[in-house]
Amino acid sequence: MEQTAIKIKTESGLHFLYQMKLIRRFEEKAAEQYTKARIRGFLHLYIGEEAVAVGVIQALSPDDVILSTYREHGHALARGISPSAIMAEMYGKREGCSMGRGGSMHLFDRSKNFYGGNAIVSGHLPMSVGMALAYKKQQKNQISCCFFGEGAAAEGEFHESLNLAALWNVPVLFVCENNLYAMGTAIRYTHSMQELEKKGIAYGIESKAVDGMDLLAVLDAANEATELIRKTGKPYLLVCNTFRFRAHSMFDAELYREKTEVEEWKKRDPIPAFEKYLSDQRLITENDIKVLEARIESEVQQAVDYAEAGTLEPIEELTHFVYSDPSK
Amino acid sequence: MVIENKIKISYREALKQGIREVLRNDDRVFLMGEDVGHYGGAFAVSKGLLQEFGEGRIMDVPLSESGFVGAGIGAAIAGMKPVVEIMTVNFSLLAMDQIVNNAATLSHMSGGQINVPVVIRMGCGIGRQLAAQHSHSWESFYAHIPGLIVLSAGTHEDARYLLPAAMKSPDPVIIFEYTSMLNMENEVLNNPAGVDISKAKIRREGKDISIITYGTGVYKSMEAAEELASMGIDAEVIDLRVLRPLDEATFLASVSKTHRALIVEDAWRSVSISSEISARISEKVFYELDAPVKRLCGIEVPIPYPAHLEDSSIPQKKDIVNEVQKILNP
Repeated sequence: MEQTAIKIKTESGLHFLYQMKLIRRFEEKAAEQYTKARIRGFLHLYIGEEAVAVGVIQALSPDDVILSTYREHGHALARGISPSAIMAEMYGKREGCSMGRGGSMHLFDRSKNFYGGNAIVSGHLPMSVGMALAYKKQQKNQISCCFFGEGAAAEGEFHESLNLAALWNVPVLFVCENNLYAMGTAIRYTHSMQELEKKGIAYGIESKAVDGMDLLAVLDAANEATELIRKTGKPYLLVCNTFRFRAHSMFDAELYREKTEVEEWKKRDPIPAFEKYLSDQRLITENDIKVLEARIESEVQQAVDYAEAGTLEPIEELTHFVYSDPSK
Repeated sequence: MVIENKIKISYREALKQGIREVLRNDDRVFLMGEDVGHYGGAFAVSKGLLQEFGEGRIMDVPLSESGFVGAGIGAAIAGMKPVVEIMTVNFSLLAMDQIVNNAATLSHMSGGQINVPVVIRMGCGIGRQLAAQHSHSWESFYAHIPGLIVLSAGTHEDARYLLPAAMKSPDPVIIFEYTSMLNMENEVLNNPAGVDISKAKIRREGKDISIITYGTGVYKSMEAAEELASMGIDAEVIDLRVLRPLDEATFLASVSKTHRALIVEDAWRSVSISSEISARISEKVFYELDAPVKRLCGIEVPIPYPAHLEDSSIPQKKDIVNEVQKILNP
């Protein structure tokens, strides 16, 4: 792990480790449930990228809003949405955080200021700018935090959004999770300028790239970014260079990348690295880890049990929520 | 000029009065769009509003339709009441992702947690010799989308009052405004109660045939009805006004009364509003019909520049008069 100014205390260190391990275990379980056909549709796993969600979201306040992508289980868990509500959502049960209507790609929880689960690549960036514009007009000190991949940074909406955010001086934290593959196409085939942070600078936006496999580095960078946004009210682009260890989705045979590349990146797995850091610093004991893992195992199993026991929405309610007024 | 409770104003002025009213009534309302501020609106609809309300309420935006429409959606979710102007419907295709995938979808996809009270206005229509890329009629695109409320301002009354009514909607509203009518003057009744955006409007009562239309078809059909009246034919003219969700009760009742229907629109015929109206009439009141349902629609061609070709590409008053005569005297 890189040397960093940040000082981790036992309590927060354990919490971050818990969050990362919860995301990892939850998704492994989700993949299992997918192979058993309990979960259908698309399932995009975040495994390998956990340090980004955990590192960035800890820097936000509960009033700040989060908009994410279709690979958002990690962000939803790091935000504190219950694993049970998320698993039930993937099962399509009405106990899910979107009443089962969204599924894996559309996790919403307004009470946690979590606005999706948006599955059109880059489509949520303009909304994140608009939400920040509203907070500016309302003179609220809230940040709109928008996660997206490097694939999104090739879309026109990315460029429009950065321009608008900079033009209007609105508090958006743009977090680009650069995992090097837009679905199955490597960044060398999709970006003429692969140092993505330079795209923020082009719009006059304070921008930084950080090692997204290193939790401490992400914590540091995210804290710095949010402090700056709160002070200036201006947008910030944080590029987190990371890697997904799993396929793009459960349908993906991974023909586009070498196994050796994946194995190389796995050596930089953020979870054992952070665990080792905490142990080396004598902030946690082996027993702490055992307790943590047992707790996670139990929570994930509870989530599956909750989803299994959940109820399906009656077909009579199919057209609810198309309009606010159900008579329409 | 005020005559009793009526004011004679241009369609442009009617639109502006509606915008001014909603800005005055609620501090959360702001107008955003290309050239709405310093330029005064591409069609001078918002001229003077920047000076009256300031830059915080009248926001010029860059040419980023997807960006600023999406920003309007985001601002609406976060508690503001944005009125987003897309200069013309032609450019709205660049914002289609935001309108369809976000505005129309978020409520249902989130299990009702999020509603999007955004109003999006678009100038539209044929008739100003603007050629193929600036003369589109996309009402049917938007009317196809569950989650949207789609309104069409075919009269000065609706130009004046649709927007204040739309602002009360918790869900996204698209308002079509017709640029060929901007300079046209007409009397507007002072109507503080506003108009009902859940209902079609019977603009002229009649007993012999129902002419069902919207947008620029309304005044053309009204004029045709007057000419038909001089021939002893009593046509009812229905302005659909709300294209989604359709107020079918009103036009089905009308057809059940007159037993004949002609649907008039400028838009291309295939897969259009008129196809939908015709289908519903056939499905629901088929046995009331004394004649087949007929449609007058735009010719399926990219709209050409020369005036004579442009005029020929959409139904005119004389076409309506002729068609009604044919239906009544087969």
